[in-house]
Amino acid sequence: MMIPWLSLLIWIPILGGSSLFFLRDKPEIARPFAVLIAAISLLLSLIVYAHFDSSISTMQFQEKLTWIPQFKIYYALGIDGIALPLILLTCICTLLVVIASYWAIQKNVASYLAIFLMMSGFICGVFAATDAVLFYVFWEAMLIPMFLIIGIWGGANRIYATIKFFLYTFLGSILMLVALVYLYLVAGSAQISDFYNLGLTQNTQIWIFLAFFAAFAVKIPMFPVHTWLPDAHVEAPTGGSVILAAIMLKIGAYGFLRFSLPITPLAGQFFADLMIGLSLVAVVYIGLVAVMQKDLKKLIAYSSIAHMGFATLGIFLVFPLLEHAQDMSTAVLAVEGAMVQLVSHGFISAALFFCVGVLYERMHTRNIADFGGVANVMPAFAGFFMLFSLANVGLPGTSGFVGELFVILSAFKVHFMIALLASLTLILSPAYTLWMYKRVLFGTVVNKQVEQLTDITSGERGIFIVLAGFILLIGIWPAPLVDMTHATISHLLTQIQ
Amino acid sequence: MLSYFSTVLPELFVLTMACGILLLDVFLVSKYRTLILVLAQFTLVGAFILTLQLWNVQPGLHFSGHFLLDHLSIALKLGAYILTFFVFTYAFDYLRQSKLPVGEFYVLGLFSLLGIMVLSSAGSLLTVYLGLELLSLPLYALVALSRDSKLASEAAMKYFVMGALASGLLLYGISLLYGMTGELGIFDVARGIMAQSGASQTVAGLGVVFLVVGIAFKFGAVPFHMWIPDVYSGATTAATLFIASSSKIAAFALATRLLFDSVWPLFHEWQSMVLILAVLSVVIGNVVALVQTNIKRLLGYSTIGHMGFVFFAFAAGSLPAGLFYIGVYGLMAVASFGAIILLNHAGHELESIGDLKGLNKSHPWFAFLILLLMFSLAGVPPLVGFYAKFVVLGALVEGGLTPYAIIGVLFSVVGAFYYLRIVKTMYFDEATDNSLTVNASGPIKFIFSVNGLAFLALGIFPGLLLSFCYRILT
Repeated sequence: MMIPWLSLLIWIPILGGSSLFFLRDKPEIARPFAVLIAAISLLLSLIVYAHFDSSISTMQFQEKLTWIPQFKIYYALGIDGIALPLILLTCICTLLVVIASYWAIQKNVASYLAIFLMMSGFICGVFAATDAVLFYVFWEAMLIPMFLIIGIWGGANRIYATIKFFLYTFLGSILMLVALVYLYLVAGSAQISDFYNLGLTQNTQIWIFLAFFAAFAVKIPMFPVHTWLPDAHVEAPTGGSVILAAIMLKIGAYGFLRFSLPITPLAGQFFADLMIGLSLVAVVYIGLVAVMQKDLKKLIAYSSIAHMGFATLGIFLVFPLLEHAQDMSTAVLAVEGAMVQLVSHGFISAALFFCVGVLYERMHTRNIADFGGVANVMPAFAGFFMLFSLANVGLPGTSGFVGELFVILSAFKVHFMIALLASLTLILSPAYTLWMYKRVLFGTVVNKQVEQLTDITSGERGIFIVLAGFILLIGIWPAPLVDMTHATISHLLTQIQ
Repeated sequence: MLSYFSTVLPELFVLTMACGILLLDVFLVSKYRTLILVLAQFTLVGAFILTLQLWNVQPGLHFSGHFLLDHLSIALKLGAYILTFFVFTYAFDYLRQSKLPVGEFYVLGLFSLLGIMVLSSAGSLLTVYLGLELLSLPLYALVALSRDSKLASEAAMKYFVMGALASGLLLYGISLLYGMTGELGIFDVARGIMAQSGASQTVAGLGVVFLVVGIAFKFGAVPFHMWIPDVYSGATTAATLFIASSSKIAAFALATRLLFDSVWPLFHEWQSMVLILAVLSVVIGNVVALVQTNIKRLLGYSTIGHMGFVFFAFAAGSLPAGLFYIGVYGLMAVASFGAIILLNHAGHELESIGDLKGLNKSHPWFAFLILLLMFSLAGVPPLVGFYAKFVVLGALVEGGLTPYAIIGVLFSVVGAFYYLRIVKTMYFDEATDNSLTVNASGPIKFIFSVNGLAFLALGIFPGLLLSFCYRILT
C-alpha cells in the first residue's frame, strides 16, 4: 500500500495543532506535545527526502483524490525539486520555533504553538499542492494564523502591522484568484500542469502575469510593494519573524517558479527587463535603506528584501539568457542560484531573527543605540552572531555566498551593468550588517543593562548550532541541494523556451 | 382528495400549525412558553420531512398552473426551514428576557415562512405576488414587535412604506407583462415574450425594469438599499435575524421565478441593469460599512455588499452560483445576528463593535466561532465563504465579464478590512471590564457551535453542497 506521505506531512501538524487548543490551561503538557508533533513532521519530511529521486523532473509522491467533483477539482499533491527543499526548510524552522517557545513565549503558549503548527501544515500544503484551487486554499489559509500571531503576540504597534500585512497579501492573492479562475476555464482543469502550454496570446499572458505578480511580488516582497514587511517583522514575535522571513517570503519566489515562468513565458519575456530592474532596485536601494536603520529587526527585514532581490534577479535573468544567448546552462545556473539563495536566506534570516530575539528578551529593546559592548558579556552569543552576520554578507564558505555567486555569474552573461549593480551588494551588505554588528557587539559596555546581560542558555545554543550547521553545510558542500533541484529546473526551463 | 392536495402538504401543514400555535398562545400560561418554541420547531421539522418526500414527484405545475413543484422550489423550502430553525432557536431566550411577546413572534415567523414557501413554488405571476405579500406583511409586524421602542416603530414604518412602494412597482411590472402577453403563468409569459416583436417587446422590457426594481428592493441592492441599515438596527434583533437570513431565500425565489423563468428571453435587457446594481452594491455596501461603529448597521451594509455578489451571479446568468451564494450567505447571516443576540454587554444588547473587546479572554470558544464567521464572510479559504465567491467569479469570467470579477474581488478586499476589525477587537484588544456575557442555555450554545463549525466543515468539503446546487438546476 502506498503511504500518503505528503498528506501526513500536511495534516499531522494541522490536526495536532488544533488538538493543542484543548490544552490551553496546561502549557507544561502543550510544549512537549508541540515539539513532538514538529519532530514528527520533520521526520516525515526527511523520509520524503530519503525516498526522493532527484533525477526525475516530474512530480513525485503524487496523491489524487476527488475533492469537488462538480468542477473537476482534485485534492492533488506532489512534489518536485523546487518544492522539496522548501518543505524541508519549513519543517526544520518550525521545529526550531516550537523549541524556542520554551523560553520566548509566556502568554497563551498552547494557542501560540497550535497556531504555529497549523501554519506549518498549511505552508507544506502550499508547496505540495498540484491543483490550483487547493494551492490557493492553502495559500490564503496561512494568512489567518500569521494574522493572529502578529496581532496577539506582537509588539506595541502590532495591530497596524498585522492588518497591513493581511490586506496587502489578501489584495495580491485575490487578483491571482481571478487569473487562476480564468486559466481553469481555459484549460478545463484545475491541475497546475494543465495550465502549461495553453497557447495563450501574449496579451492574455500579460494580464495573467500581472495578476500573479500582484500576489507573488507582495509575498517576496519586491520593491515597491515591500512596505508591509518591515512593519510586520518589527511587530511580530521572534517566532513569527523567523517563519515570515525564512519561509513565507520564499513562497512568493516559489510562485514565480511554479506559475509565472511556465504559464506566462511570453509575458515574462515582455516584463523581464522591468523585473530585473526592480530586483536591482531591491538589491541596491533597499540595501542603502538598510544601512540607515536604527532598529535591529527593521535592519534585518530590509536586508531580507535586498537578499530576496537576488532570488528574483536569478529567476528573471532566465528570459534574456534564453532569448538572446540561447544559453540554457547559464539559465539553469541562474535559477539554481535563486533556489540556493532561497534556502540559504531561510537559514540565515532565521538565525539573525533568533539572535535579535535573544537580545530583545533580555533587554526589551531593539534599538541599536541601546546596545554596545555586548560581546564583553555574551562571548558565545557574539561568536554565533558573527558567523550569521558573515553569512548574511556572503562570506565564502557560508551558504550566503553560493547563491549570490551563481546569480552574479549568470548576470555577467546577460549584461555587465546588471552584474555590476548586483555586485554592489558585496559593498552594501557588509556595510549594514557589519556596521550593525560593530555597534551592537563591540566597543565598551555602554550601560548597566548591557552589563547585566547573561550569555545564551544551552537551549539557545542548540538552536544556533543547528542553524550554523546548515549554513556551513550549504556553504561548503552545496551539491546535494543543487542536485535536488537540477532536474526539475532544467525541465522547467525547457518549457519556457 | 388528499392526493389532490399532496403537492401542497407542507404548506398546509405549516398553515395549520401556525393557526394552532396562535390559538394555543392565547390560552397558554406564560410558564409554559417553551412549548411554543417546541411546537414551532416541530412544525419546521415536520415540514422538512413532508417537503423531502416530494423530492421524487415528477416536477410540474399544479392548481391550474399556479403552483410549481420542482427541485429548486424544494431546495429553497428546505433551506428556508433550516435557516428559520436557527432563527427560532436563537431568538427564544432573547424574547423572554426582553419581555417581548413570544407567541406572536413564532406565529408571525411561521406565516412569513409560509410566504417564502408559496413564493418558492410560484407558478404564475399572481402566486409570486401572493407569496411576496404573505412574506412581507408579517415581517412589518415583526419589526415593530417591541412596540414601546421608538426606533422599532420608525424602522417598521420605513420598511412598510418602502416595501409597499416596491410591491406596487412590482405589480405594475407584472401588469405590463400581462398586458403584453395576456399570460400569467411564468413560463407562458416567457413564451409570450418570445412570440412578440418590435414595440411590444419594448413594452415588456419596460415591465422588466419594474420587476428588477422590486427584486432589488427585496435584496436591498443599491440604490434600493436605504431601508436595510435602519431596519437592521432599529428592529428587534429577533426580527432582524429573520429578515437577514430566511427572507433572503424569498428574495432569491422572487428573482428566479421572475428574471430566470418569466423574462429570460429579455436576458440582455435586464443583464445590464443587474450589473449596474451589482457594482453599486458591492462598492457602496463595502465602502460605507468601513465607517460604521454600530455592529448591526455594519452587518447591514455588509449584506448589501454580499447581495451585490448574488446580483453578479444573476448577471452572469448562473443560477447555481447564485443559489450556492445565497445559501452560504444565509447561514453566515443567521450566525452573525445569532452572535449579536446571544452576546450580552453589561445587561444590554451588543451595540458597538467596541463591546466585543476581549471576547477571546472571556469566551474563547465563542470568539473562535465568530472568527470563523468573519473570515468566512471575508471570503478567506478554507472557509465556505470563499467557495461562494469562487463560483461567482467563475461564472463571471465564464460569461466574459472579467472586469466585473476584478471589481468584485477588489471590493471584497475593502470588505475584509471591517471583518478583520471585528476579529481584531475580539482577539487583540484588552477588555475594559468583564461585562461581556454569553446569554444562552446549553442547547442554544450547541446549535450555535454547529452553525459556526459548518463554515469550516463546508469549507473543507465544499463538494457536496456545490454539486447539490448545480445538480438541481440542470
